Amino acid sequence: MNADATRPPAPGGADATRASAPGRTDATGASDATRASRLAARGAHLAYDRRTVSEAVDADVREGSFTVIVGPNACGKSTLLRAFARLLKPRSGSVLLDGREIASVPAKEVARTVGLLPQTSTAPDGITVAELVARGRYPHQGLFRQWTGTDREAVDAALAETDLTGLVDVPVDELSGGQRQRVWVAMALAQQTPVLLLDEPTTYLDVAHQYDLLDLFARLHGQGTTVVAVLHDLNQAARYATDLIVMADGDVVATGTPAEVLTEQLVTDVFDLPCVVVPDPVTGSPMVVPRRR
Amino acid sequence: MTRTGGRRRTATLALVVVAVVVAIVALGIGDYPLSPAQVVRALFGGDGFASTIVLNWRLPRVLAALVFGAALGVSGAIFQSLTRNPLGSPDVIGFSTGAYTGAIVVIVTGAASSLGTAVGALAGGLVTALVVYVLAYRRGVHGLRLIIVGIGVTALLHSVNSWLLLRAQNEVALTASFWGAGSLALVGWQQLVPALVLLAVLTPLVMGLSRPLRQLELGDYTARSHGLRAEPTRLALVVVVVALTAVVTASTGPIAFVALAAPQLARRLVRSAGVPLVAGGLVGGVLLLVADLVAQHVAADPVPVGLVTLVIGGVYLITLLVSESRRSA
Repeated sequence: MNADATRPPAPGGADATRASAPGRTDATGASDATRASRLAARGAHLAYDRRTVSEAVDADVREGSFTVIVGPNACGKSTLLRAFARLLKPRSGSVLLDGREIASVPAKEVARTVGLLPQTSTAPDGITVAELVARGRYPHQGLFRQWTGTDREAVDAALAETDLTGLVDVPVDELSGGQRQRVWVAMALAQQTPVLLLDEPTTYLDVAHQYDLLDLFARLHGQGTTVVAVLHDLNQAARYATDLIVMADGDVVATGTPAEVLTEQLVTDVFDLPCVVVPDPVTGSPMVVPRRR
Repeated sequence: MTRTGGRRRTATLALVVVAVVVAIVALGIGDYPLSPAQVVRALFGGDGFASTIVLNWRLPRVLAALVFGAALGVSGAIFQSLTRNPLGSPDVIGFSTGAYTGAIVVIVTGAASSLGTAVGALAGGLVTALVVYVLAYRRGVHGLRLIIVGIGVTALLHSVNSWLLLRAQNEVALTASFWGAGSLALVGWQQLVPALVLLAVLTPLVMGLSRPLRQLELGDYTARSHGLRAEPTRLALVVVVVALTAVVTASTGPIAFVALAAPQLARRLVRSAGVPLVAGGLVGGVLLLVADLVAQHVAADPVPVGLVTLVIGGVYLITLLVSESRRSA
């Protein structure tokens, strides 16, 4: 990748006029008619106790999209994701799942529609891979509906998808960081939700494992899952996203395809990072190359 | 499921066998010794003197040890899982000390029937739990804060208990102290049956809450993203733990350390994921039964079983602290 650092800015920079400028929200009014939103925030005031993260955020996740949320630290990315997962109730405004106020949908029903891979999870001491993944089936079980063949198939499929079939009986504490993250992903997959929310899924992983996971998410997206991921790496975001949501200070400042949104102006303004944007030599998606400062 | 699941079932089954064998041996030991064969015959419809001894004299105490030990083991297992800490046991964080306070208050004010004492203990345990829960509450209750607040409240209650005993008349203080040592000696069918009924009511609650408890072990965000209501579930589990502990304490007086040690022993024996409820209960039952045998037959004069568990538990706690500090060093 270093070889391309000296390339001149690519024609892609011309799109700058189409992407919205920072400070202005976009793609909410017009989109409703044309897009089927799986998840949506409408003027949602998101806050923890007395700390407000977003005053009134608007955001949409299209059915079947691979939506990536990017933004500087503490801009409210994870908070928005939590609101989408029904873990945080908006003070005012609304968060909608398939057009319904998400807070009014029973928790277990949400859990059968929206899966979440949180930033941190804890595994009980001594639990094996298969046991942990099996706990992802909880939303499908009831007091009287216990473990069934469907559960077993879902767990087996999740293990196969994440390449863990050979490790089912291994205690999770004995795995490497990359394997462990795959176990958590497998647990979310076992939940078999049409929507998957991923909160910084690649943090703490080495670069090869990062791309392994992203490829897995792209595969799931190809099979019809709506994927929403918070990512830090803009080039990964540009490569995998169909839709990009850029946030700053609790607001959505730009939305659209990576090519529309990811411009030199935007990266400079939002991330305070002077850069050139060139086409990724492998995929052609926009690639952000920082300038010397 | 899988190999590990099978091995755990075998280990749990082995614990059941151990519990039955120890119980049969315990029923045979005493001034009138009986062989295991005689005990089994007496249990299943034999008549005569052996039957009277086994069914009327020894069985209530052995059954009480098994069932109360199991209740303590299960309550400890739930609490250690909730707090994610091997020290998170209802007796360490003050529930049984609070029950003792309740019992002393009843005894000192002169209403010292066994029912009165039991009610006092129950109320004392529940109030203590409520106080600890409220003091530890800050946008939900978390493990370590609950333990530290509980230890503080326990210390406070100990001084309250001493003060109450010092002010009381001698014979009243003696009754209260005897109760406070924790003993199965006075448990007959009359005391046992109501306790068994209460525990039987609690059992389905424990079973219903066991799977939500497993989800809570994954962290609140994950548990909630699986559709669990984390805080109400936690509160329900705390209530069940307090109820289990209070029923036992009300019947016997405070019995220390079974709730603390049994779940961790069980975890090592069964090699389970997290703290096992069923195995914790089985180990608790066996532990209390063996401790009660020691209390009755090893010393020249019988001592309260609470003293024996205190000694065993003290050794266990020191071992635990030493190994924890080694691990963190």
